[in-house]
Amino acid sequence: MDSFLSTYLWPALIMIGQSLLLLVLLLIGIAFILLADRKIWAAVQMRRGPNVVGPFGLLQSFADLLKFVLKEPIIPASADKVVFLLAPLISVTLALATWAVIPVADGWVIANINIGILYIFAISSLEVYGVIMGGWASNSKYAFLGSLRSAAQMVSYEVSIGLVIVTVLLTVGSLNLSDIVFAQQTGLGTMLGLPNSFLDWNWLALFPMFIVFFISALAETNRPPFDLPEAESELVAGFMVEYGSTPYMMFMLGEYAAIVLMCALTTTLFLGGWLPIIDVAVLNWIPGVIWFLIKVCLCFFMFAMVKAFVPRYRYDQLMRLGWKVFLPLSLAMVVIVAFVVKLTGWVG
Amino acid sequence: MTEHNVRNFTINFGPEHPSAHGVLRLVLELDGEIVERVDPHIGLLHRGTEKLIETKTFLQAVPYFDRLDYVAPMNQEHAFALAVEKLLDVEIPIRGQLIRVLFSEIGRVLNHLLNCTTAAMDVGALTPPLWGFEEREKLMVFYERACGARMHAAYFRPGGVHQDLPPELVEDIGKWCEQFPAKLNDIEALLAGNRIFKQRNVDIGNVTLEDAFAWGFSGPMVRGSGAAWDLRRAQPYECYSDLDFDVVIGKNGDCYDRWVLRINEMRESVKIMKQCVERLLGDAKTGPFNSMDGKVVPPKRAQMKRSMEALIHHFKLYTEGYHVPEGEVYAAVEAPKGEFGVYLVSDGTNKPYRCKIRAPGFAHLSAMDFMSKGHQLADVTAIIGTLDIVFGEVDR
Repeated sequence: MDSFLSTYLWPALIMIGQSLLLLVLLLIGIAFILLADRKIWAAVQMRRGPNVVGPFGLLQSFADLLKFVLKEPIIPASADKVVFLLAPLISVTLALATWAVIPVADGWVIANINIGILYIFAISSLEVYGVIMGGWASNSKYAFLGSLRSAAQMVSYEVSIGLVIVTVLLTVGSLNLSDIVFAQQTGLGTMLGLPNSFLDWNWLALFPMFIVFFISALAETNRPPFDLPEAESELVAGFMVEYGSTPYMMFMLGEYAAIVLMCALTTTLFLGGWLPIIDVAVLNWIPGVIWFLIKVCLCFFMFAMVKAFVPRYRYDQLMRLGWKVFLPLSLAMVVIVAFVVKLTGWVG
Repeated sequence: MTEHNVRNFTINFGPEHPSAHGVLRLVLELDGEIVERVDPHIGLLHRGTEKLIETKTFLQAVPYFDRLDYVAPMNQEHAFALAVEKLLDVEIPIRGQLIRVLFSEIGRVLNHLLNCTTAAMDVGALTPPLWGFEEREKLMVFYERACGARMHAAYFRPGGVHQDLPPELVEDIGKWCEQFPAKLNDIEALLAGNRIFKQRNVDIGNVTLEDAFAWGFSGPMVRGSGAAWDLRRAQPYECYSDLDFDVVIGKNGDCYDRWVLRINEMRESVKIMKQCVERLLGDAKTGPFNSMDGKVVPPKRAQMKRSMEALIHHFKLYTEGYHVPEGEVYAAVEAPKGEFGVYLVSDGTNKPYRCKIRAPGFAHLSAMDFMSKGHQLADVTAIIGTLDIVFGEVDR
């Protein structure tokens, strides 16, 4: 009995506790990220953005949450009720589940599994199901078109994201996300005589891949200029057309959770995770988690700025970019990186 | 295996749709994402303006024109005022003409600002409209300061304009003209060179010059295809012939050309406005702003206090209205959207016998099917964007 307690129950309870803590913090973080998105967008457009609820509108997202939850959910008569309600659940659950393997600081990770990156990849591939099911179950033409576009788009860009990740893995030699961060302690910066600095991180060594990854991340999360599934000017709201109240909020939540996840992934793969920009006194006194958050916010700022000033691609142009530009580019980089790694024996 | 009849996907685009620019309803037949057929359904904003005008005196008909193309209201009034003046054979003094030109050009900027920025919104750029609306707001304040209304001005009336402009307003418009080009450059810099914007607009909705004429296009739609056809230059009205401005033309007749053309037209409008402001503060600083012939404008307040004749005139004007000699006339102005014409038939009474309105948007919208065929669904919104249609005037 004692051994059962110590081998199974306690670790499980601890894991549940950690997960809940992460979830709560993440959801609160997303509330503010959402506000930041709106504020940044407003600033570019010379507006003020939300500024009524709480100081500087800080509580806006919570007010929105209340509004969504208290609204009456409307399910179209011709919709498939079960799938219709399942779709937002799936997308939000999957988007949040991915966070289990993200290391927010040295050792601060719920599941430090050695195939972390594959896990992320598997889960984020499933996310498209939420969109397809939502679009299909609504039984509406706009939603249907939106979900079809979304399926094609997510599949296309996952290919290039996959190849980008392969280049990172080649240089690191591990699928574990913590190892990937550790590997970024040495790199180009060390060669250039600035060891343990931001020059060591992968973004410099794999610069083209960093760009491809960022753009593919935009496409993967349906952010402008790749927001075709919900293209407002053609499809009104795409696959979310028929949704309202809580189910709609869950789609939004899933979307933003996925966006923040992509920021976290960019941080982990290319921006040195929790590492300080230069490993010197004062800077390395700051805890790793703070560095991690700063980098995630920086990535998110870029996401938000892109939204503010780009038009939207057309469907065929989006496909062309994915298959004819990013795919060959990342394939070529895989080959080049593999050669360099093989010839120089330089790993991490 | 039995053969199946594959039916194309039909979707209803509008009437409540974010990029239908009002109450346009398009029935789109799609083959995948390719548009096979576009069937515009109009009439959702039909108010019977032309018929209503027949039951109103010539003066009472003016406000109906504000409500046609409500994006640039005064330009419509202008066409009606010109038509009535032609029948009455009334000549407007120079100050009145300058005020009219000044506000016509403000209308053009109002319209193009809305159109260029919302056309950008139709291809997904959500920031420019907010930038453009900032400037539109300032222009609407000028409208308000001139006549008391931000949109439905009723300011250009047969015989001149309703009220004189205070010099401070003219000066403020001059100041606005100084700062506006920088704002315009910002909008242009954000979009004109943007690769996505170009990909979405270049070679979309091409119209050759022959087609443009065949479909009855006018304004930027025909200039975009390369014809230097501008009524302000081709058949000058008011004092346009004394003013220095260029007719901007495009080359390829695609959405991108039309967009750039409208941006450049705003620059020309600012140029015209500057000249008007200069003259309104210079040689035409004082003087009559409307014509006293034909008793079509009300007498001055002070006159009414001492002259019985003036009092009677005022009373008659606002009750019975003035009688317009028998005849028919067509007057057209270069409205921001194209040739806006009024065909007026008078039977010698105080009301128009018939008033036919020629709205440019109607002709442009009729080419929707021709322009969109074979394009993608997303291009339909880009094309609607550069067609520059407002339902107030299409449906009348």
